[in-house]
Amino acid sequence: MSKPSDLVQGTLDMLILKILALEPLNGWGVSQRLKQMSSDVLGVSDGSLYPALHKLEHRGWITADWKPSGNNRRAKFYSLTWLGRKQLEKEAADWNRLSAAISGIVKFNEA
Amino acid sequence: MTFEHWLYTLPLRLRSFFRREQVDEELKDELRDHLEQQIQENLAAGMSPEEARYSALRTMGGITQIEQQCRDARGGSVMDDLVQDLRYGFRQLIRSRGFSVLAILCLTLGIGANTAVFSWIEGILFRPYPAVANQERLVALAGTSRGETGPTLISWPDFLDLQRSCTLCDAFFVSKITTSTLNIGDRAEVTTGSIVSANYFDAIGVHPALGRGFEPGEDVGSDAHPVAVISYQLWRNRFKSDPQIVGKTQRLNNLPHTIIGVAPEGFYGTFVGWPMQFWVPASMEENFESGGYKLEDRGARWIESYVRLKPGVTRAQAQQEISGIAARLENNYSATNRGRGISLWPLWQTPFNHAGSLLPTLEIMLAVGAFVLLIACANVGNLLLVRSFARRHEMTVRLAIGASRTRLLKQLLTEGLILSSLGAVGGLLVAYWCRHALVLLFPTRSGLAMYLPGEIDWRVMSLSAAICLIATFIVGLVPALQTRDINLAGALKVESSGVVGAKGRSWVRSGLVAFQVCLSFILLVGAALLLQSLQKIRTTSPGFSTTNVVETGVSLISAGYDGPHARTFQEELIARLRALPGVESAAFGRVTPLSYGTYSSTPIAVDGYQPPLGEQPSVDYNQVSPDYFATLGIPLLSGREFKRADDENAALVAIVNQTMAARYWPNQDPIDRRLQVNGRWVRVIGVAADSKYESMRESPKPFFYVPLLQDFVRGPVLYIRSTQPLQSISATLLREVHALDPDLALYEMITLQEQVDRSTSPQLVAVTLVSILGGLALLLAAVGLYGVMSYAVAQANRELGLRMALGAGAADLFRQVISRGLRLTAVGILCGATVGLVLTRLLGKLLYNVSPNDPLAFVSAVALMTITSVAACLLPAWRATRTDPARVLRD
Repeated sequence: MSKPSDLVQGTLDMLILKILALEPLNGWGVSQRLKQMSSDVLGVSDGSLYPALHKLEHRGWITADWKPSGNNRRAKFYSLTWLGRKQLEKEAADWNRLSAAISGIVKFNEA
Repeated sequence: MTFEHWLYTLPLRLRSFFRREQVDEELKDELRDHLEQQIQENLAAGMSPEEARYSALRTMGGITQIEQQCRDARGGSVMDDLVQDLRYGFRQLIRSRGFSVLAILCLTLGIGANTAVFSWIEGILFRPYPAVANQERLVALAGTSRGETGPTLISWPDFLDLQRSCTLCDAFFVSKITTSTLNIGDRAEVTTGSIVSANYFDAIGVHPALGRGFEPGEDVGSDAHPVAVISYQLWRNRFKSDPQIVGKTQRLNNLPHTIIGVAPEGFYGTFVGWPMQFWVPASMEENFESGGYKLEDRGARWIESYVRLKPGVTRAQAQQEISGIAARLENNYSATNRGRGISLWPLWQTPFNHAGSLLPTLEIMLAVGAFVLLIACANVGNLLLVRSFARRHEMTVRLAIGASRTRLLKQLLTEGLILSSLGAVGGLLVAYWCRHALVLLFPTRSGLAMYLPGEIDWRVMSLSAAICLIATFIVGLVPALQTRDINLAGALKVESSGVVGAKGRSWVRSGLVAFQVCLSFILLVGAALLLQSLQKIRTTSPGFSTTNVVETGVSLISAGYDGPHARTFQEELIARLRALPGVESAAFGRVTPLSYGTYSSTPIAVDGYQPPLGEQPSVDYNQVSPDYFATLGIPLLSGREFKRADDENAALVAIVNQTMAARYWPNQDPIDRRLQVNGRWVRVIGVAADSKYESMRESPKPFFYVPLLQDFVRGPVLYIRSTQPLQSISATLLREVHALDPDLALYEMITLQEQVDRSTSPQLVAVTLVSILGGLALLLAAVGLYGVMSYAVAQANRELGLRMALGAGAADLFRQVISRGLRLTAVGILCGATVGLVLTRLLGKLLYNVSPNDPLAFVSAVALMTITSVAACLLPAWRATRTDPARVLRD
């Protein structure tokens, strides 16, 4: 079981929120989308994805519904709540500030 | 976590607690789903089924671990924590049984006292009339008179006009308490009933269990409708639940009444203080009230009535409309209504029943109850504090292995909640047992017990629950604050005998004890003040002699005597009594001073006296026989007593009291002056000293007397002045009465002192209740002080041993402990005295001739408090002197 050590702590939450902001998905969908969007760089293991989803659900940021999925079964679909949207905005803003600051420092060192 | 989070996640939390299995099942489904998708993908990539499955499992990692992580991610559910805390809390409480029992007892006392007071307030003031519909919209109707402070009653014609004109009220009804005699053997028994308007039962929404209520029109016409509804109790006890009762007749006073109905069980009428046993329509008023037929007399104010406001109408709005109507009546009928208004009173201030007289006492009890609760909480807080010291190690370990402080706080509050919930259950039981206890404090009159029930309904329950929560916080927070300053490293290192820490804690504990002393001191001062006031009331002379005079009555009315017969009988009886050895004098009077009876009242006019504009002076008077003043021991200041010659054929005469003489004939001799009574002129022939007429607390007021023979009533009260004991007078009297007519019965015979005592029973009730709770508070404070001192002595063991080793004697140590306790007490008393100087003003209405800051009360409270403190410190101090220096120093 690989740990998300290569992932900045807390970033996984933001990524999940971002993905669910686009459309409601089930766990499988979220994992596929993560791989696809980050071109497999982040390498999020499924082992850490599900606890993260459950944690977000219990914080009230995402909510889950059982809906029929493609292969004639019921699957748990997650979608963003109003609170989650607020949280995403906040985290995205924080992230942008942080990454701008860091890349500024990195560039300064290169110059 | 914000409120919004709570809102979003509460269903989820509840679900993961209550539907744990299902939630787990769903989690498994979700993960299996993922696994299968992965397998599908692997198959599509060309793997063999076995390889696809194996690879998928590998990519996912251990499914069981993921499941556990998901469960952890859900977080410890609040419910899980609660259940765990409860279980743990109970285990803790059972382990230290002595502590738990003491703490629960304290809280039971505190919560029980409050709940009992609440239930009395609910049952007597707010919801006084069981079975009556829409009580929250009922208000009492009383008259006002310009120039007088107290409320008056209302006349029947005024009542009818109000009923006709008022648009904001949906029901007006009369319910005037009265009495009737029911004969049992040779004892006449008085029973209470109501004179009511015909709409009474409809207006209050009560339907007779048998028969019918009154019909419209039954309240009109002098003695026109001798019908009665009887109470369920009367029907069961006196008529043996006779199913054929409707249609039978029963004599009430001097007229047989047809019983037309039986009220339902659990309905006691609409009067706070006495259960009603029968109801008669207002047309029968003359049979129960003296003074003739009053239904057409606008000047005769005798009815007690209630109004039900329409939904949504406030008392102020209705008052405005009714004041307008009263002003119109004043205008139209100035002869009778000049200066008269009509006012609405909330039920809990009803001026004409016991609600008004109990209100000040119950208000004080509310404050006293709160004090007892605070003292109890301080005690339990102190107990918990001692325990928290013992549990300090446990708390430290829990913190060290990762419990959050919030979690510890929750745990402590849960323990507080368990204690106070058990206390609340105990308190409710106490209140339930005490709900009828108030009645026990009142003397029974003529064998009739009062009826003052407590009511434990959802409102009382929820107040008690609120109190329980408050207690939880007070009790739980004290030790919780202690965990704040737990120093992990320090506390774990040594099993602390922590000198510095102990200092801080002992400060909190001492503060709590001083607080308890302060509160109980205030209660003691209050009890002392009330006691002094009661003593003053009981030792104040009512203006008539209370010893050697007894009062009773003969059942002339219920035996059917008419006027002339009754008069002959009265004269013969007095003549017989006078001839007896040991009887000094005997006389009749219509109303006994300080009894519940109402005096006659009349507008008066006096030659040469010009009343202030818009005022119609009106004075109460009593009808008395010759020798009344001699028998009751009321001194005549000038003039003469009534004589047998002052009868209906002689000139009308009156005797006025001192205050009346001074007000209407200032600086003149009122003898032989004229006074207009009920429109007729009478001559003043004497001036009597002032006495108390309706209440021991009243200030001197104008009053006069007219001869019984000139304003005759058939059933007056008989007074006998004699040095014989009551039993022998009673036996003699019965013999004399039976010699005249063997069918007659006697009413209960009491001394006038008993009459005075009965009239001051509300004061007695206040004193008793405050003293009981004050005593409890004192006991709790003593327990608190004892606890703190014992603990201090146990803690200072080492120091005490050292002192002893260095030569301090047992007496020194003894003195040291006692003086420490007294210092604490002194601080408490000082605070209590300061606050008490202000708070005792609340007693104002209950105090009689005693200043709220009476030094004697404060001094005696200080003495009692000090003695109690010394007593509480004795055992710990003695224990201090038994310290064995050798052992302490060796340890």
